[in-house]
Amino acid sequence: MEPGEIHALLGENGAGKSTLMNVLYGLYQPDEGEILVDGQPLKLKGPSDAIAAGIGMVHQHFMLVPVFTVAENIMLGAEQVKGGIAGFLDRRRARREVAEVSERYNLRVDPDAVIEDLPVGIQQRVEIVKALTRDVDLLILDEPTAVLTPQETEELLTVMRSLKAAGKSIVFITHKLGEVKAIADRITVIRRGKTVGTASPDASRDELAALMVGRNVRLTVDKKPAAPGKPILEVAGLVVDDDRQIRAVDGIDLTVRAGEVLGVAGVQGNGQTELIEAIMGLRPALAGTVTLDGQAVHGWSTKKVLRAGVGYVPEDRSVDGLVKEFSVAENLVLDIYDRPPFGSGLSLKPDAIAKSAKERIEQFDVRTSSADAPVSTLSGGNQQKVIVARELSRPLKLFIAAQPTRGVDVGSIEFIHSRVIRERDIGTAVMVVSSELDEVIGLADRIAVMYRGRIIGIVGPDTPREEIGLLMAGITPEQTGGAAPGPDAGPTGTTTGTTSDPGSAAAPEGPGSEDEA
Amino acid sequence: MTNPNPESGSPDKEPATEAQAAQTAAGGAGRAATMAAPKRPEPEGRPSLGRLFLDNLWAANTVTVTVLALVLAMIVGAILIIVSDPEVLATYSYITAQPTDALNASWTVVSEAYANLFKGAVFDPETFSGWLNGDNGWQAVLGPISETLTYTAPLVFTGLSVALAFRGGLFNIGAQGQATIGVILAALAGFLLPLPPVLHLLVALLAGAVGGAIWGFIPGILKARTGAHEVINTIMLNYIAVYFLSWIIVQNGVQNPDRSDAISKPVESSAQLPRLLGDNLRVHAGILLAVLATWFVAWLLNRSTLGFELRAVGANPDAARTAGISVTRTYVLIMVIAGLLAGLGGSQMVLGSTANALTPLVVAQIGFDGILVALLGRVKPWGVLLAALLFGALQAGGNRMQSYSGISLELVTVLQALIVIFIAAPALVKAIFQLRAARAARLQTSLAKGW
Repeated sequence: MEPGEIHALLGENGAGKSTLMNVLYGLYQPDEGEILVDGQPLKLKGPSDAIAAGIGMVHQHFMLVPVFTVAENIMLGAEQVKGGIAGFLDRRRARREVAEVSERYNLRVDPDAVIEDLPVGIQQRVEIVKALTRDVDLLILDEPTAVLTPQETEELLTVMRSLKAAGKSIVFITHKLGEVKAIADRITVIRRGKTVGTASPDASRDELAALMVGRNVRLTVDKKPAAPGKPILEVAGLVVDDDRQIRAVDGIDLTVRAGEVLGVAGVQGNGQTELIEAIMGLRPALAGTVTLDGQAVHGWSTKKVLRAGVGYVPEDRSVDGLVKEFSVAENLVLDIYDRPPFGSGLSLKPDAIAKSAKERIEQFDVRTSSADAPVSTLSGGNQQKVIVARELSRPLKLFIAAQPTRGVDVGSIEFIHSRVIRERDIGTAVMVVSSELDEVIGLADRIAVMYRGRIIGIVGPDTPREEIGLLMAGITPEQTGGAAPGPDAGPTGTTTGTTSDPGSAAAPEGPGSEDEA
Repeated sequence: MTNPNPESGSPDKEPATEAQAAQTAAGGAGRAATMAAPKRPEPEGRPSLGRLFLDNLWAANTVTVTVLALVLAMIVGAILIIVSDPEVLATYSYITAQPTDALNASWTVVSEAYANLFKGAVFDPETFSGWLNGDNGWQAVLGPISETLTYTAPLVFTGLSVALAFRGGLFNIGAQGQATIGVILAALAGFLLPLPPVLHLLVALLAGAVGGAIWGFIPGILKARTGAHEVINTIMLNYIAVYFLSWIIVQNGVQNPDRSDAISKPVESSAQLPRLLGDNLRVHAGILLAVLATWFVAWLLNRSTLGFELRAVGANPDAARTAGISVTRTYVLIMVIAGLLAGLGGSQMVLGSTANALTPLVVAQIGFDGILVALLGRVKPWGVLLAALLFGALQAGGNRMQSYSGISLELVTVLQALIVIFIAAPALVKAIFQLRAARAARLQTSLAKGW
């Protein structure tokens, strides 16, 4: 690492990127080898040693206390006290430090805002400010864009550029090729715990992808034109509240036909999750109807909806998709365990479960040591394949996939996409919800853009991404005339400030929101 | 019989040090629970296979940690025995002048106590020689085992009750209350209904099971419908059950008319569980029911669709719900089955040989001991059975230890608590014994996620 350099660390899931960085940050101890800082070998016993050596880290999952304010979170671990023995916390000084750092690096945060009220993009900024107040020279960002919208990503890249200008070095861990090419000065590709090559940002995406997976991968989805049949899913006037009893879906009408993929695009938190949960019977619909192949299914239990021929890949695989303690085989029958041949009456048929698990593992190329291994031992991509295998192994009328490739490596993405298209081609109605615009554009035959609980527009897949980006930000084509001149206000990172609404914060479309992977 | 020298029967039981004394006793008690079975042939193993075996043994697997926790508990227990005996303590005042006095006195009191614990729980060599000489019948030889099994049976049920709920993600503190309601209904059915022998027993058992199930259903439905935490509700229901028991005993038609104290009418003999080894030994058919229940729970958990739902809900309710499993229905079912088991355990307290009438303390502590048994058994059905055997053995042996060595029965409770503490803190045991981390050690999984 050189001073003032942005070094990208690229690799598939489970390649060892995060482990390497955790070693650098002193969280793990190296078994062999050493770390050199300014030519000196460094022995890190814990994160405090790393901070002392000028290394700061922003984790993939934020390490913030949700009920504390920004200033309190920043001073956490390095509390300033005044009043001698009484040890009062010096909040004022913490606030001043926050203000100073945000001023210097143009990272606007409100020191008095409570973390849980802030959108993820701002929370991440708090993490960066926190690292910077510790006077670090090397900042490690572990998959910082995984949780960000395209607009927030663009802002983050701007922040990184200004940090670089201030002479800080940054290690940027990711598996999204577009971002790497946009920002990195040098790229190191890691595969299975080994450095497999370094590349300059001029390398083409295909070259980088090939380095990452070790073979050539297709980044676009091959598909024939759709042959839409009769409507399978019809949603009319659907109204749904979220967990906080706030209206999340506000009167949605949409139709998915047999043999087509309807992509639902939108910045996360605009009601996509609630829409799908309502269709699946996981969340009560307050008004409106959901019809599946001519049958009204709203108010049905989840089990009944699944039995009616709906396959569902939930958004968050570790929370909703898998039981981590269960074996791969058990997870493969998680929603059909009580149907023949896996169960009859009260008893399970372990042989049938094991046999089908073997077949699925084969068919869906799930990399696991055995069918009896706990599913938590699998990498993210393989865990996702387990869910996809489970849902696609019974006859379906409708297949709903929410964020089907989030946090999944390139090889698995390719595989999952091809499976989705295959399902479409056999006449299943498919609905793909994703916050990755490229995924939606690649898969969908029609794209519905959601904004604040409504469908703000339905467009074809050939629509320019800028236009879809504007729709995602709530700007319909009629309004665009007035709004167009301001797209460059966003990347400076100043417009968001402390607004807590991700929709309005993400106003400009962010010209090159490249988070393709 | 009262001979304080423990070595009379088997010389190989003569340990050299206090720690070994503890170990031998632990081995004895553990063998009663058949847990220490693989530990026995360990010391002079052949080089190749034996080495491998030793290595595996010394890895921090469940069995090793459990056995070592037992050993540690026995050592701490030994210290408590020494400290609580004023005569032995007196020898320590001149330990620098004559250390042998202190050591001998300590050794005698501890070895005697643990020998009595063993003799009361498993086997007393004297009765065996007595039987050969014709001094006593064969029943006396089996007496300790019979006692152990009698104490074991109800603990298996309450242990299974807690373990089953735990696997479903619920912490059933209410086994005590469920057992109490179970014992009340079983006793009422036992002396109020005039029924023929076999039918009467079945009805009484069923009544006990239903009583427990109702007491489990209440916190279950409250949890499912309103999200009320089952820990708080089961604790509160325990109080209600205990005071309901005290109240119902003194009601007309329930209280024994010949007695002025709080005791109910006795259960008809037609409703009593048959004794297995004649009238002189207390062991009754409850232990067979316990084995049957263990098998049933094992099947339910691992081989049934209901068990699949239960485990899925216990491990990840969100994923279970997303997969179409009704989490609320499962919670209610778990609590009903858990209550049913505890209720059956409670019924044995009047239908078995422990007592035949209700008294305020008729259920003893079986519900709370069930929690310990479940944890010691790693919330696995067969583990629970073994753990209950160990606890039953400690109970039976403790009785003899109290009457023969004059060591209070509470020491047994302390030992039980210590064992569970060491089990619940496997890191502690591993650190003390410098165990290697086992490759597949999954020790924490069962105990770490409480509520």
